[in-house]
Amino acid sequence: MFTDLPLLSVLIWFPVLGGIAVLVNGDNNSFARPLSLLISVLTLVLSIGLYIGFDNTTHQMQFAEHASWISVFDINYSLGIDGFSMPLIILTAFSTVIVVVAGWEVIKDRVSQYMAAFLIMEGLMIAVFASLDAILFYVFFEAMLIPLFLVIGIWGGPNRVYATIKFFLYTLFGSVFLLLALLYLHHVSGSFSILDFHDVSLTMQEQIYLFLAFLIAFAVKVPMWPVHTWLPDAHVEAPTGGSVILAAITLKIGGYGLIRFALPITPDASMALDWLVIGLSLTAVVYIGFVALAQSDLKKLIAYSSIAHMGFVTLGLFIVFRIFANSSTGSGAVLAVEGAMVQMISHGFIAAAMFLSVGVLYDRMHTREISAYGGVINTMPVFGGFAVFFAMANAGLPGTSGFVGEFMVILAAYQANFWYAFLAATTLILGAAYTLWMVKRVMFGEVANDNVAQLKDINQREFWMLASLAIIVLAIGLWPAPLTEIMHASVEHLLTQVSESKL
Amino acid sequence: MNFEVINMIFALPEMFMLAMACVILLVVAYLGKNSANLAYGLSQFTLVATAFLIYRSLGDAGFTFDGTYIKDAFSDVLKLAIVIINVAVLLYSTHYLKARGLFKGEYYVLAIFSTLGMMIMVSANHFLTIYLGLELMSLCMYAMVAMHRDSKTATEAAMKYFVLGAIASGMLLYGMSIIYGVTGSLELTTIASTIQTGNLDNTVLSFGLVFLVIGIGFKLGAVPFHMWLPDVYHGAPTAVTLFIATTPKIAAFAMAIRILVDGLGDVHQHWQGMLIMLSVLSMIIGNVVAIAQTNLKRMLAYSTISHIGFILLGILSGSQEGYAASLFYALVYSLMSLGGFGMIILLSRQGFEADKIDDYKGLHERNPWYALMMLILMFSMAGIPPLVGFYAKLTVIKSIIDVNLVSLAIVAVLMSVIGAFYYLRIIKVMYFDKAEQNTALEAPTDMRIMISVNALTVLALGLFPGALLAVCGAVFL
Repeated sequence: MFTDLPLLSVLIWFPVLGGIAVLVNGDNNSFARPLSLLISVLTLVLSIGLYIGFDNTTHQMQFAEHASWISVFDINYSLGIDGFSMPLIILTAFSTVIVVVAGWEVIKDRVSQYMAAFLIMEGLMIAVFASLDAILFYVFFEAMLIPLFLVIGIWGGPNRVYATIKFFLYTLFGSVFLLLALLYLHHVSGSFSILDFHDVSLTMQEQIYLFLAFLIAFAVKVPMWPVHTWLPDAHVEAPTGGSVILAAITLKIGGYGLIRFALPITPDASMALDWLVIGLSLTAVVYIGFVALAQSDLKKLIAYSSIAHMGFVTLGLFIVFRIFANSSTGSGAVLAVEGAMVQMISHGFIAAAMFLSVGVLYDRMHTREISAYGGVINTMPVFGGFAVFFAMANAGLPGTSGFVGEFMVILAAYQANFWYAFLAATTLILGAAYTLWMVKRVMFGEVANDNVAQLKDINQREFWMLASLAIIVLAIGLWPAPLTEIMHASVEHLLTQVSESKL
Repeated sequence: MNFEVINMIFALPEMFMLAMACVILLVVAYLGKNSANLAYGLSQFTLVATAFLIYRSLGDAGFTFDGTYIKDAFSDVLKLAIVIINVAVLLYSTHYLKARGLFKGEYYVLAIFSTLGMMIMVSANHFLTIYLGLELMSLCMYAMVAMHRDSKTATEAAMKYFVLGAIASGMLLYGMSIIYGVTGSLELTTIASTIQTGNLDNTVLSFGLVFLVIGIGFKLGAVPFHMWLPDVYHGAPTAVTLFIATTPKIAAFAMAIRILVDGLGDVHQHWQGMLIMLSVLSMIIGNVVAIAQTNLKRMLAYSTISHIGFILLGILSGSQEGYAASLFYALVYSLMSLGGFGMIILLSRQGFEADKIDDYKGLHERNPWYALMMLILMFSMAGIPPLVGFYAKLTVIKSIIDVNLVSLAIVAVLMSVIGAFYYLRIIKVMYFDKAEQNTALEAPTDMRIMISVNALTVLALGLFPGALLAVCGAVFL
């Protein structure tokens, strides 16, 4: 019955048009919030359709759509999803609902514009994951920056202008190299289709340059050490909704880009330079873990913890070459890539939840300094329960989704090299240290001051927002199989692609 | 003796425009001070009717006036663009002129004659025709800059413009004379065939080429021949800046294509190196110096210089695709520039020029719609998708990658990142800063519609750039 419906196009353009409708409706009446909620929930419901109609058994692109867009250059409006992009699209749709709910009472100024920015951004981000044409991908990849730039700049904290311009220029700097790489690939292959790029044969030198271009573009997004410095600034200054989208989705676009472009297009260069990515990832895991320990600002701490967690994603993606070298079966490689993907999805939920929790506190106390809190659990028991749960998930407690991805990657890393696994496993200690120490200082102990004593516990809206996230974090933690089954065929296909030399 | 019947139909739009320009001139001369409204109406009629005449004759191609004049797809597209954009230019500038007591018929006479000059340049197939068109265009513009004769800055700008423009014309003429000396012809088609067949003295040819490139560089405003550009943009009344910044660039681009590609296309390797230097310097100086500007008109002047660098990139690639890309870029640039200066005029009023960047503080609070339009224009100039400025940069960079000039492409994209900074600053000022003044922003309806149409065209072309790209590509087939 729904087979004729171009579901991906609907998922892209419905929130965009809905966002424009919210914008046009303006702030003179009270429709902005309910209308945005309606649009985002409908988009989420529609996105579930992707899950239902998805065929686990194939790595082929599904829900494919194709139309000519710029015929002179053979640039097409071509969409499709596989096991990598589908979960990320649903994550995007879910996060947007959360963002709309999170901004419900908090945003009082220019509400319609705030909501519209996030709805438009939702459509653009879904489009990034669904694009199969390189230029189409790039257009959405860049266009996404505009609403995020405005969100941080308009609704952000005191130092928002610096943070947002830094964010914009940093990511733009990365992505222009992506553009060059895509144009060069077109020059070589005569097509702008990403799937055609996968099949084009390239010399080692070409691959190295292309790989470095991809790496710059996506490392900035992930962000990998040492190009991560925009992220703490952007997170600290962004409004809660902006932080949630940054952590949950935009960082994932970096990881997704590596999966979609760097690995299959330049497998030989990826293999030759895997030490670089592994080194940077382990630095992120270990060094950034220590940096997180030293933070006195709640949001900064979570931002750094995000960087450390994303280190697992890049680590998981690039240890596969070492695993191939060590064993002939390559089962560890599947574990590594699936672990990276699970880590991305899981981090999307946990980081969102952490930023929302900080948002809940910030709305009441208007400070993010850890030292301003203490004993919050005495006055906000329900919230405290959630916050401690999410902190545990962030630290990688078994039973939560945070454990699954990290554990899979560490297991796989053991097959690559003992020391990789050893260094990666330090996160279990470091992550626990900075997260639990923060929880101790903020949540437990005596009520620190009068402000904390007057705190009111979370209301219904905040309860359901956090509860839905808690359920998902727990569900993935206890039963990750549905998630890994979706991506299994695509992961296998990716691994055959990376194991075949293109020279 | 062999009499050839001149097929004047190929020059019909120009002849019509010339006739109308004379009519407007007479009207202004006889009616004097009361003529402004009539002159404005007649000018708009002339432009629209000319556009119609060009549109009617689309597809015809051929030479006329003894081979000195050419009508082809290239000239049709550019003339149509020039005429249509000038309709918008006159619409914007009229309100500016009215508010400052500069609303006189002479402005329109000069504008129409100048437009005629551009059309002649676009259709020229002969060095003298090019020169004729160029001087007709430039002389009118010198006078327009000086129109506000009580303004010191405007007079100074006019003086600079005139002197430097005259030097540029001199260089160009000198270059033409040397090429004539080598090839024995002033007609571009003949020059091209002579170069193709004969064994010419390459040294002398290159010597002449240098002067031609300098002349073209001056008229386009490429570094290091850009010195006049910021001063003139800044000093001239905004209405005149708007005029200078839009269509004359299209005409100068046409001149570059006619001379370098149609005439001297076979010595591409000689001028490619020169253009690479002009292009790289323009992108660097334009973008870097623009960061330091506090005056929006001056900033846009430097931004123009950087855009010229990008347009040159397409030309220097030496491929059909590159020419098409730079044509696309030139058209898009004019459209964006039209919007940018149009916005300055829209927000300005008697005694307040709205040309400082600080004047845009909190525009979003004062009028969200104007701020959104300006946002679209600025992001487009910065080359951020999904706005048309992105495709302009994309096609140009694609064309140079396709001829294996990857290092040049890297310079171009890095410069566009630097460029993004100062456009972002305008958006920052509009959206993130608090408004310092709360005077109501009033603008006549036609202008409000025009700026909206202008900016939304930039957006629409960004979403569906295919058609315009196809037109530009077809021109050079």
